[in-house]
Amino acid sequence: MEFLSYLISGISLGSVYAIIALGYTMVYGIAKMLNFAHGDVIMVGGYISLIAMMNAGLSPWVAILLAMVVCTLLGVLIEGLAYRPLRAAPSLAVLITAIGVSYLLQNSALLIFGANPKSYTPIITGTVHLFDGQLSISYVSLLTVAACIVIMVALTLFTSKSKMGKAMRAVSEDKAAAQLMGINVNSTISLTFAIGSALAAIAGVLLCSSYSTLMPTTGSMPGIKAFTAAVFGGIGSIPGAFLGGLILGIVESLSKAYISSQLANSIVFAALIVVLLVKPTGLLGKYIPEKV
Amino acid sequence: MKTNNPSRLKDFLTFAGVILAFLVVYIMRSRGMLTRSLSGQLVPICAYVVMAISLNLTVGVLGELSLGHAGFMSVGAFSGVVAAMSLASVIPSPVLRLVIAMVVGAIFAAITGVIVGVPVLRLQGDYLAIVTLAFGEIIKDLINCLIVGVDGNGLHILFNATGSRSVSDLHLMEGGKVIIKGAQGATGVKAIATFPAGVVLILLALVIVLNLMHSRSGRAIMALRDNRIAAESVGINVTKYKMMAFVTSAALAGAAGALYGLNFSTIVSSKFNFNTSITVLVFVVLGGLGNMTGSIIAAAVLTILPEALRGFDKYRMLAYAIVLIVVMLGTNNPQAKALVGKLIPHKKKGAEEGA
Repeated sequence: MEFLSYLISGISLGSVYAIIALGYTMVYGIAKMLNFAHGDVIMVGGYISLIAMMNAGLSPWVAILLAMVVCTLLGVLIEGLAYRPLRAAPSLAVLITAIGVSYLLQNSALLIFGANPKSYTPIITGTVHLFDGQLSISYVSLLTVAACIVIMVALTLFTSKSKMGKAMRAVSEDKAAAQLMGINVNSTISLTFAIGSALAAIAGVLLCSSYSTLMPTTGSMPGIKAFTAAVFGGIGSIPGAFLGGLILGIVESLSKAYISSQLANSIVFAALIVVLLVKPTGLLGKYIPEKV
Repeated sequence: MKTNNPSRLKDFLTFAGVILAFLVVYIMRSRGMLTRSLSGQLVPICAYVVMAISLNLTVGVLGELSLGHAGFMSVGAFSGVVAAMSLASVIPSPVLRLVIAMVVGAIFAAITGVIVGVPVLRLQGDYLAIVTLAFGEIIKDLINCLIVGVDGNGLHILFNATGSRSVSDLHLMEGGKVIIKGAQGATGVKAIATFPAGVVLILLALVIVLNLMHSRSGRAIMALRDNRIAAESVGINVTKYKMMAFVTSAALAGAAGALYGLNFSTIVSSKFNFNTSITVLVFVVLGGLGNMTGSIIAAAVLTILPEALRGFDKYRMLAYAIVLIVVMLGTNNPQAKALVGKLIPHKKKGAEEGA
């Protein structure tokens, strides 16, 4: 029973990682860049929803919606101002710019909200008790898992069925060819950032609800772990991000419970290293042979 | 791609510049012309300059992105501190102890470099980058669990994985002392690092890296960077040369770590986190890939800059972030480049000559 409860908290944590990893993986797939600022968009989502609920007294659902709108705008803005001018630049330049954007977001939050952690009221409270109260699951965990599944299904349908989704896949396959087919590459990339950032907002709300605290650096570690999850599952692959997030969440939760809470992060990273050694492109990643 | 033409004059100017800068700063310090916070920054600046040179070897010369370079610095810092503190009674001379600490730091970091390099260098591109990040975090966590003490019987090392063991489990003899206390880090370190020693380390790192770049091995390493498949097809041993560059880079980072660690009385492993790796990477990219002179200048200027901006205090990191973005956009965006060219005519002429 104890094991089951750790497993469930792992699945819930993994679902948050999966939602964040989806944002990473989509952006990587289409723009071939590591968007280090993604983790900080999560933090922005957390703060926006906190203000909406605490200061403006809005209902949690409106708060989530507001956070999504703000983060979407922020994501599109970041892409347009910082990344678009560097489309032809070497990838390291883009990486450093992304790091600059990450510092910018963190330090702006530090100036506006201060360094002290703020307490975050979960969007829903309460727990379900199963097996005569031996196993209790919080509503937040259930909501997280449900949100993750809905997002996963919706995104899969979107990329495989809709016209815009097909355009996204075409751009990630071959930018020049997609442009020749009449696809607007720039607006497709903006759309990808918009979707990724909206997902980050949802992840931010869920993450803060399960940890109950929020500070300017809240997004960085989950961001790095979700990035790890995206690579673990095969970066660029949507089911891979889902699978990678879940596995890493479960590994982290179980190693915290049974091995060592201090080394839980290390075990997660060690799992990544082992997987990449066996399968250098991640679990579900495509192998692209190098051509001479 | 870059051509890194071995121009001996440029190397000579780099050495001369470092020595000149050292003399100027040294004289200024002896006349009390430096502020307290700035003279406290001198050794860390030297350590970061060496870190930048060493990371430039991996990123600029070998062409592999490393996001965990602080891990090697950490290994060097803690092994160096343990060496310096446990030899305190045997070797009274602080200079000799500092040298031994840096050598020990370099050796341990090189060993870590081999352990990390074997799996990492099999991967490519962004996958390699994320695995170096992972190793950096693992090294940080492992050192966080170490408890080390020394007494008449030698070193006592405990690995505190579950958080249940403490300093008393070391069972030190009378007169023994604890060096590393797990997450609290190394405390009570005698700061023996000096500014001249830091400058000597910079010069040594420059000699090693520039000689490597101009040697046959260095040309092989740069050939791997420019085109791995072509290099392989003319018989260059990929693993050997990649490891050579990576382990040299790790060893230099270890020596820099030992210098850094012995400059403070307390040092914790969480100091050497992902952000530190990124800071050093920023030095390398802003200084120019494969350009050691650029790395030295960028590391020195960007370490002093936040100190110099102390007046703005709250806004300095914000300013740093904006400068970073603007510089990257300004140097890499075609339109911005053209604009800068118009504003500064001689620069445009230089660009045309280069093209």
